[in-house]
Amino acid sequence: MVEQFPGRATGRTSKSSSQRSSIIERVTTIIIGAGHAGLAASRCLTEQSIDHVVLERGEVANSWRRERWDSLRLLTPNWQTRLPGHRYEGSRPDDFMTMAEVVAFVSRYAEIARAPVRTQTAVTSVTRVDDGYHVVTDRGELRARSVVIASGACNIAQVPALRDALPSSIQSLTALEYRNPQQLADGGVLIVGASATGVQLADEIRRSGRRVVLAVGEHVRLPRTYRGRDVLWWMDASGVWNQRYDEIDDLTRARKLPSPQLVGTPERVTLDINALTAAGVEIAGRLAMVRDGRALFSGGLRNMFALADLKMNRLLDTFDEWARTANGSAPVDAPAERFEPTQVPDKPRLDLDLRDGSIQTVIWATGFRPDYRWLHVPVLDAKGYLRHDGGIVDSPGLYTLGLPVLRRRKSSFIHGSEDDARDITTHLAQYLAKVPVKA
Amino acid sequence: MAQTKTVNNGVNVDALLAARKALTDAPQAAKFAWRASCKWQNGTHSDTKVQGFFGLGQEQKHRTEFSFSADHPEIFASEDLGATPVEYVLVGLASCLTAGVAAVAQNRGIQLRSVEAKLEGTMDIQGILGIDSDVRNGYDDIKVTFHIDADASKQEIEALVAQSQKRSAVYDIVTNPTNVSVVVA
Repeated sequence: MVEQFPGRATGRTSKSSSQRSSIIERVTTIIIGAGHAGLAASRCLTEQSIDHVVLERGEVANSWRRERWDSLRLLTPNWQTRLPGHRYEGSRPDDFMTMAEVVAFVSRYAEIARAPVRTQTAVTSVTRVDDGYHVVTDRGELRARSVVIASGACNIAQVPALRDALPSSIQSLTALEYRNPQQLADGGVLIVGASATGVQLADEIRRSGRRVVLAVGEHVRLPRTYRGRDVLWWMDASGVWNQRYDEIDDLTRARKLPSPQLVGTPERVTLDINALTAAGVEIAGRLAMVRDGRALFSGGLRNMFALADLKMNRLLDTFDEWARTANGSAPVDAPAERFEPTQVPDKPRLDLDLRDGSIQTVIWATGFRPDYRWLHVPVLDAKGYLRHDGGIVDSPGLYTLGLPVLRRRKSSFIHGSEDDARDITTHLAQYLAKVPVKA
Repeated sequence: MAQTKTVNNGVNVDALLAARKALTDAPQAAKFAWRASCKWQNGTHSDTKVQGFFGLGQEQKHRTEFSFSADHPEIFASEDLGATPVEYVLVGLASCLTAGVAAVAQNRGIQLRSVEAKLEGTMDIQGILGIDSDVRNGYDDIKVTFHIDADASKQEIEALVAQSQKRSAVYDIVTNPTNVSVVVA
């Protein structure tokens, strides 16, 4: 029931490219993707009078419209949701935007920024040419001296190969395909993965009355509020979110970290493993194998919890230390607090019969990855990720935006695009000024 | 983590980090094969030897051959000429986690004074005796208790032990399923 991702990648439109090759439109910069990151880049380029177009496979904010489940709200509070020259101005600053509100917010931004967006224009190929890049779309071809890839970090659901070993009676779907519990067969659900996605789906599906087993690997535990303030306020105020990519010890790991166990609700509830256990979700270890119709889980659950609890407490220590040294300037009244350690089930489940009918559905909340099948420039590493230095891709004039921890820890979030877009477009402008246009 | 004095746990972390870097660039060299050769002696008694292994693209050897006798205790009507095989599993887990604690401590600049671990694996032997098919053969639970004396806070020591589990081969082997093919040559 989900529109198949990724619209832009494969050869759904190759017939027209050769016919129109005589008309190659020239533009200084092409931005691929009219989501929040691409539009932030467009705004910054407009400020610098750099002529550009934004190519969008669908509509503005396409992924927010079509590739999210119904109940999803942003993890960041409204007051934090901002883009260059645009911020939330409603009456509920501490609330969290629904997807409809995000789409409205981003669409309004495209309007006020007068972004030169071409919707329903899917990029099918980008290649390097002498003076820049040749970009083929399903509506014609373009040449540009520079390209900003802002096509998103979550185009494809990553699913482990052990999906193929599921019994055929099981309905298997990814988080990109999930919309709401009504879409699922009656009966139990195994959810694989305990990032923000996994915990939100576990909670929602459990509330629909179904049995839910959640397979938990490495995860990031956070309370929704700490000392009376939103935990993401702390990330912002204490400077953690501003930590630069080149100051992070293990950047590869930081970029692959699962999203934190958070949910945006008006009640600002915490949705960690303890909350899910209290709601009746059964917690198991990481899904390690499916053999003879049985799911086998890791026996290392206790250490997964220990790691997540230790990391959360270290982060809270950082917050407390910041609040203490900021003296009177930190607007925090409530004292430091520590949360209950994650409760390990008495007998953690090591296996689960997938053939006896008690489980009808498996949902893969095992992460996402970008889709670069249209990118024919040798800038991908062995695992298919872009090689880039803080968004400056390893090919002259090629840039990217909107990836996790791109230039700062906050890059993974909408408001993180603001500083990143300014940095990247500044570099891009210097590149254009430095490299003369060939005659 | 700033270090004001030199920490020495006898672990050459620089060499380990250099190896990590080298193997990131040459992933083929990271393919290892570990081997053991076992010979039945009598009854439940066997001797297993290890010496050769494969790694870094070629055959390798321990400096000497190591030998391990395994048997069962007298209450199983055996001669008790060695530790039981399931105890060897505890040996492997204990030594792997302990080596990990030392390496992680060295990398984090934590001086260790003593590290001791007590292990207990519980088992219902109705499984191996075939009395009740609902009872598994192996351990139903393994508990490892570390006593660590080091220049570090309790939280830092807990983090050491957590990281050691995260990077441990034997911990992974014991906690996750592994494909095993036993064939007759």
